[in-house]
Amino acid sequence: MRRLVCLMALTVVAILAGCGKPDFSDAEKKTIASLALNTLPPLKPDTTNRFADVPAAAALGSTLFFDLGMSRDGTVSCSTCHKIDRQFQDDLPQAVGVGRTNRRTMPLAGVARDPWFFWDGRRDSLWAQALTPLENPLEQAGNRTAYAHYIKARFGERYERIFGPLPDFSGIPPNASPLGTDAEKAAWNAMSEAQRDGINRVFANIGKAIAAFERSIEPAQTRFDRFALDLATGAEPKDDAAFSREEILGLKLFIGKANCVTCHNGPRFTDNGFHNTGVPPVEDLPPDRGRIDAVAQVEADPFNCFGAYRDGDTSACGELRFMVKDAPELVRAYKTPSLRGAAARPPYMHAGQFSSLDEVVAHYAKAAPSVEGTSEIHPLQLSDRERAALVAFLKTLSE
Amino acid sequence: MASLWRYLLAGLGLAALLVGVLAVVYLTAPQSAQPVGPDVSRTKSTENGLFVASFEPERGVIQQGELESWLLTLKTKAGAPVEGAAIAISGGMPQHNHGLPTSPQATDYLGDGRYRIEGVKFTMSGWWQFHFAISATAGSDTVLFNVVL
Repeated sequence: MRRLVCLMALTVVAILAGCGKPDFSDAEKKTIASLALNTLPPLKPDTTNRFADVPAAAALGSTLFFDLGMSRDGTVSCSTCHKIDRQFQDDLPQAVGVGRTNRRTMPLAGVARDPWFFWDGRRDSLWAQALTPLENPLEQAGNRTAYAHYIKARFGERYERIFGPLPDFSGIPPNASPLGTDAEKAAWNAMSEAQRDGINRVFANIGKAIAAFERSIEPAQTRFDRFALDLATGAEPKDDAAFSREEILGLKLFIGKANCVTCHNGPRFTDNGFHNTGVPPVEDLPPDRGRIDAVAQVEADPFNCFGAYRDGDTSACGELRFMVKDAPELVRAYKTPSLRGAAARPPYMHAGQFSSLDEVVAHYAKAAPSVEGTSEIHPLQLSDRERAALVAFLKTLSE
Repeated sequence: MASLWRYLLAGLGLAALLVGVLAVVYLTAPQSAQPVGPDVSRTKSTENGLFVASFEPERGVIQQGELESWLLTLKTKAGAPVEGAAIAISGGMPQHNHGLPTSPQATDYLGDGRYRIEGVKFTMSGWWQFHFAISATAGSDTVLFNVVL
């Protein structure tokens, strides 16, 4: 009798082992293929920045990106928070420039493909984005004329070779900006229209150079991409392209029952949209309402796509032109971040609310209501094994 | 010794039965349960039957994640093009509690009852709805189109 039990057990084990092989439906295979990096289209030209693909502009942009001189007190550059060896982010819950900000630093891989910038999309181009921290008192904390003076003194020749002649600097105050201190604002208002336009143009070109550099920062191939390629071509996954059973379960949950792929879609694992997912506010930070408050900011930005400093024509301004301005779902809505490399860069969410992917998965399973507005996510029953599998899958996007 | 063979035979028999049952289950199970989806017709009568409306991508295909132009074609029941219509557009994803990610607008009249609807963007797969409120000399009416990606 014992032998009979033994034999039956062996049979069952043999059948189960057969089921453990990656076995995806055609629909699942199609979704997996749509997430693979090889489906990422070539980077489109940015007609709003005619220097976007000019190598000399990218080279100057790279210099400026790492230059501590690009700040009020010479201690902060773009790279202070966007660290080159840390996926261009800083591992902190909230970025720290000259002061502590209220948002998590975003990584930069593939950033030139975004239609909107910052967690709330308060800028509509990469070059307009790059200008914003320069004048934010908590980030680089400088002012517009000081940057223009610095460019002339330090990089004048390089600048003029790329962008043409610098404006006349006679009578330009050392510190002036429409966004600065009262004294800086007064100095800005005392300048002539032509002087302000000349300085704005230099300032815009700083952003265009930095953007040209940032266009070269693209996502790298991961274990997931090798797995997906083998699955698509029917090849037997080899070496690290083979997924463990747990990783396969995690992938199936990601594109199935857990609904992650609804928003984290396409080869960058983002729909480039804004969603309220009930992420709680951080206690000691100022009120943060996300996308709803960013709409007015991007409309008022003189460097937006409709502004005077855009190159090319307004046909590139579709996102701004057809922007949703006042829907209730914009309240506490934040950008869907790419998940590529995410496992290697805790903490998570727009103000670093969660310190691990386990906490992130637990948040989405629980789907607590939002403190303001309505969360789009629904509670989900996930076993401990399933939660661990989702995290295991996410790690394949960082290896 | 004989009993061992009997057990072995019985074991094999049971295993064969199990394989048979599993085979039947796998072979007869539907490949994927397709729930009945919403009406995705691209041409339909407006709510009160005032117009016949068609809604389709200008380039013929839908590209997820891109701003696209669609065409809304409006005809009377008799087939005459509806000109000078005012068109208001809303919509969203009924299963996700959110509206459209963009605010599409009628930006151009192309003649023959065709209106260009710019700023259409599908950010995810699933069931989308576009609701048009149409106002023309013949009167006002509404129409709802479902698009499933």
